[in-house]
Amino acid sequence: MSDAPTSAATGSPAEVPEWPMPRAEGCPFDPPPALRELTAQKPLARVRIWDGSTPWIVTGHAEQRALLGDPRVSVDERLPGFPHWHEGMAAAVAYRPRSVFNSDAPEHTGFRRIMTRPFTFKRVEALRPTIQKITDDLIDTMLAGPRPADLVEALALPLPTLMISELLGVPYEDHDFFQENAARGIAHDVSAEESMRTFGALNDYLVRLVEKKAAEPADDALSEIAALVTAGDISVSEAAMMGTGLLIAGHETSANMIGLAVVALLEHPDQLAVLRDADDPKVVAGAVEELLRYLGIIHGGQRRIATEDIEIGGEVIRAGEGIVVELFSANRDAHVFPDPDLLDLRRENARHHNAFGFGIHQCVGQQLARVELQVVYGTLFRRIPTLRLAEPLDRIEFKHDRLAYGVYSLPVTWE
Amino acid sequence: MKITVEQDKCVAAGQCTATAPDVFDQRDEDGVVVLLTDDPPAELADDARDAAAVCPALAIHIAP
Ligand code: HEM
Ligand code: SF4
Repeated sequence: MSDAPTSAATGSPAEVPEWPMPRAEGCPFDPPPALRELTAQKPLARVRIWDGSTPWIVTGHAEQRALLGDPRVSVDERLPGFPHWHEGMAAAVAYRPRSVFNSDAPEHTGFRRIMTRPFTFKRVEALRPTIQKITDDLIDTMLAGPRPADLVEALALPLPTLMISELLGVPYEDHDFFQENAARGIAHDVSAEESMRTFGALNDYLVRLVEKKAAEPADDALSEIAALVTAGDISVSEAAMMGTGLLIAGHETSANMIGLAVVALLEHPDQLAVLRDADDPKVVAGAVEELLRYLGIIHGGQRRIATEDIEIGGEVIRAGEGIVVELFSANRDAHVFPDPDLLDLRRENARHHNAFGFGIHQCVGQQLARVELQVVYGTLFRRIPTLRLAEPLDRIEFKHDRLAYGVYSLPVTWE
Repeated sequence: MKITVEQDKCVAAGQCTATAPDVFDQRDEDGVVVLLTDDPPAELADDARDAAAVCPALAIHIAP
């Protein structure tokens, strides 16, 4: 659908800028300047997306939290006017099972409670020694290999992939298959056909795995989920969707945070020194929060729709209008974070970022991601103090076209 | 200080336990919040307030 903006402040349809917008040339770490300009006066504005519709884009920190915590704001992608990411997502709506990603409370609560068990603060803390061991082993292997090395391939991708595979009980040997399908599935430019194909391949894989776990349970999260299928609480396709969701959300995000943070820290040697010389785990934990804030890798704008009229930021979002919540921009909101474009690993309130979202959909895996990042950032620069980029910054390819920002590969070297 | 939690609203994000582990815990079976004390000693009060502020589900309430 293509609804013309009604607000006088946003002008005629022709003036509505397109989303997504490019970042500035040579500024890989800051939000698109055109978005900043658009929302300089107000924390929300209209943008035009791929299907011609003109949802609201929200960039203010307080406004995002208010909307993400508001039961009148829905993730139900079946509602007419829902601002889908791309054609592929829109085309597959009828085929996608219900899950945490597309349901509201109370339906959401049921799905969510099945998924959260392995990711509580204490369970994840208990994994810290395992995460440390895997990190050390991966660094050993990289150091024993040729220089330059690709840090994404050597460390950033395998660590979170090993962890989520292990927790779920997905064979790590299959990682090429699921990494590739997951990566294509979340590209901006994916066609309807390709989106269905990659989703279908992952889904079939997870269905087979759930069936196997139901027959031969092991000590892993998929076996627990499979037991609920056997008990008749959820369907096989819902179980497979949970597995697919955790697998996709659980590896590329953390991998991007590792690769991108290494680039940012190498570009800010004074900040890198804070991390390398830190003896206090609290300093490392604070550094992780600041990097989550500063890098804000979820930059495509989370998709929502209003189910009632909502007054916010001096505008009224009408029932049935789409909402794009651009989390990264909120992390750079000067009302909350003084000098927001400064990377300051000692920033007091960094953890108030929206990098994991807010409201009932806030990231399930955030405690796992935090420990992974604390271990990697806390270990890498100590073990390889001379780590540096093997190519100039402008040769590094950033994931501008992906829902989660990062680097495709990262050639590094050391003395 | 008087703390209350709404378990129905909790989405088990673990932010409270991470922030104030002596005040909040999470249920083993699904990670839902468990209140360890509704009136923590003064030295934990700031952490408890902080936990309420970061709870994404607005499930923690604090009366002075
Ligand atoms: C640094 C790494 C990560 C970042 C930045 C991140 C970011 C996010 C964000 C922003 C959301 C909210 C989306 C929305 O409201 O529309 C989210 C949800 C989610 N994340 Fe993460 N995530 C990360 C790691 C993980 C990991 C490791 C897992 C799995 C173990 C995971 C699983 C999920 C799931 C299942 C949801 C959906 C929750 C729901 O809708 O209730 N994420 N994540
Ligand atoms: S922070 Fe809120 S949502 Fe998360 S576990 Fe605690 S009470 Fe539940």
